[in-house]
Amino acid sequence: MAISVKIPTQLRNVTGGEAEASVDDATTVGEVLDGLYERYDGLRDRIAEDGDLRRFVNVYVEGEDIRFLDGLETGVEDGDEVTILPAVAGG
Amino acid sequence: MTAEALQCKECRERYPLDARYACDKCFGPLEVAYDFSGLDAASARRKIQAGAQSLWRYADFLPVAAPALPSALAAGVTPIIRADGLAERLGLREVWVKNDAANPTHSFKDRVVTVALAKARELGYEVVACASTGNLANAVAAHAAAAGLESYVFVPADLEEQKILATGIYGTNLVAVRGNYDDVNRLCTELSSERDWAFVNVNVRPYYAEGSKTLGFEIAEQLGFELPDRVVVPVASGSLFTKIARGFEEWLEVGLLEGEVPTMNGAQAEGCSPVAQAFEAGRDICRPVKPDTIAKSLAIGNPADGPYAVELARRSGGAIDAVSDDEIREGIKLLAETAGIFTETAGGVTTAVLKKLADEGRIGSDERVVLVITGEGLKTLDAVRGSFETTEIEPTADAFGERFERGALAAEAL
Repeated sequence: MAISVKIPTQLRNVTGGEAEASVDDATTVGEVLDGLYERYDGLRDRIAEDGDLRRFVNVYVEGEDIRFLDGLETGVEDGDEVTILPAVAGG
Repeated sequence: MTAEALQCKECRERYPLDARYACDKCFGPLEVAYDFSGLDAASARRKIQAGAQSLWRYADFLPVAAPALPSALAAGVTPIIRADGLAERLGLREVWVKNDAANPTHSFKDRVVTVALAKARELGYEVVACASTGNLANAVAAHAAAAGLESYVFVPADLEEQKILATGIYGTNLVAVRGNYDDVNRLCTELSSERDWAFVNVNVRPYYAEGSKTLGFEIAEQLGFELPDRVVVPVASGSLFTKIARGFEEWLEVGLLEGEVPTMNGAQAEGCSPVAQAFEAGRDICRPVKPDTIAKSLAIGNPADGPYAVELARRSGGAIDAVSDDEIREGIKLLAETAGIFTETAGGVTTAVLKKLADEGRIGSDERVVLVITGEGLKTLDAVRGSFETTEIEPTADAFGERFERGALAAEAL
C-alpha cells in the first residue's frame, strides 16, 4: 500500500501526462509532496513558493482541505488519497 | 472583438482564448485581457444605447461576440429604482436598488451563464455543467434547455427546496452531492479534468466571470453614464464584487465614465465570512471556513476571488462586513417594506450590511449609494416563514370590523 496522489490537468505536463502518482514511505502531506518533487522536475516551482503552497493551490486528504487539518503537517496513512487542485474555481 | 488573450492575474502569463482557468505556471486565476485602444467613447456610447435590450448591448466589452441567434433567456437590462423609503428609514440621502432578481431565472446568474454558454458553444461544447449554491443551478438548467444542450448541475444535497424544484423542472441531470458547496466545487474541479464538458464556473470561468461586469455597466448607464459614490454587493466567491468594479474601471479607461471607482462594500453572512474575516484581520489570504448560515447562496467557505475582493475593498476605501442570520431576515423585511422588493437571503445580507453601514455613520450625508440585489425572495421562503401575522376571519363585515375597526379608532384616539 501507498499514498495515491491525483494530479490536476495543469500539472500533467511535468508528470509526463500521468493523472495519478503513488508515494511510499510518507507520513505527512509535506513528505508526500517532497516525494513528488524528487520524482518530477519542475513540480515544486509550480505549486510551492518559499516552502509553502502557493495561494491558489488546494490540497485535500480524503476529500478534506488540509487547511482544516494540519496543513503540510497533516498526517497520511497507507491507502489515503491526496488531491491537488487549483483553487480558482466556483462562485 | 476586443478580447485578446487569457492572462494570469498573478504572474501575467498569457494563454489563448480557450477553455482553461488556472495558470499552468503558478495556478493563479486566468482573466480575459482586452485591447480597448481602438474604441472611441462617443461611438461606443451610441452603439450601446442603440444595442439589444440585454447584456449583449455591451458586446464590445465581453469575451465572445453576441450570438447570431441570442438566447431567448439573454440576461440584463434589469430595473434600477430609486428607493427613497429605504433611504429615509436609514437616514441616507440617496439609495438606488439594482434589482437583478428581474432576470429570466430570477438572479444575476443569468448574466454569467449567458456569456459562458455563448463561449461554450463557440468552443464546440455539447454538454454544460456547474457547481452551484442554487441560483446558478437554475440558470444553467434553463439556459441549457433553451439552447438544446445537455446539462449536469451539481448542488449541495441540503439546498432550499425551491431552488431544487426550479432547477429539476428544466430536465437537467440534477446531482445532489452529500456535502457543502466547497465539496461540490472540489468534485466539479476534479471532474473537469476528466470530462469534455464546459463547467461554467470551472474551465470556462474566465468567460463566465465577465458576465458580472455587465452589472457594473448597467448601473453606470442607468444612472446616465455616471458613477455612484458607493456600491454594496454580496460576496460569496468574490467574483461578482470584483467584476462590478472591473466594469467601472474599463469604462473609465475608455472614457465612457469620469471620476473614480466607487467605494466598494462587500456583504457576507457571519456564518460564512472568510472574506470579511480576512479584511478585518488585514490579511489577503482567506482562511477557509465551514459555512453555517441561512444565506446558502453565499455559503462558499473557500472563496476563489477572496484575496482580490479584500484588495478591492481596501483600495476603494470600502470594507467587507458580515451580519447575523437575524439581521439577514430583518434585511429582507426592510427591503420589502420600504421598496416593495422581496429578495432572497443574499439580498437580506446586502440590505443588512447597508443598514449596518448607515447605523454606524460610515456613509456620508451627500452620497449616492447603489444596493445590488442579486436574487428573488420566492427562492428562499423558509427564511421569512413566521415573520409576520395573518388575520384570519369569518367572511362577514362584522368579523372584519371586530378585528380592524378597533385598531382604527385607537389610532384616532392618539
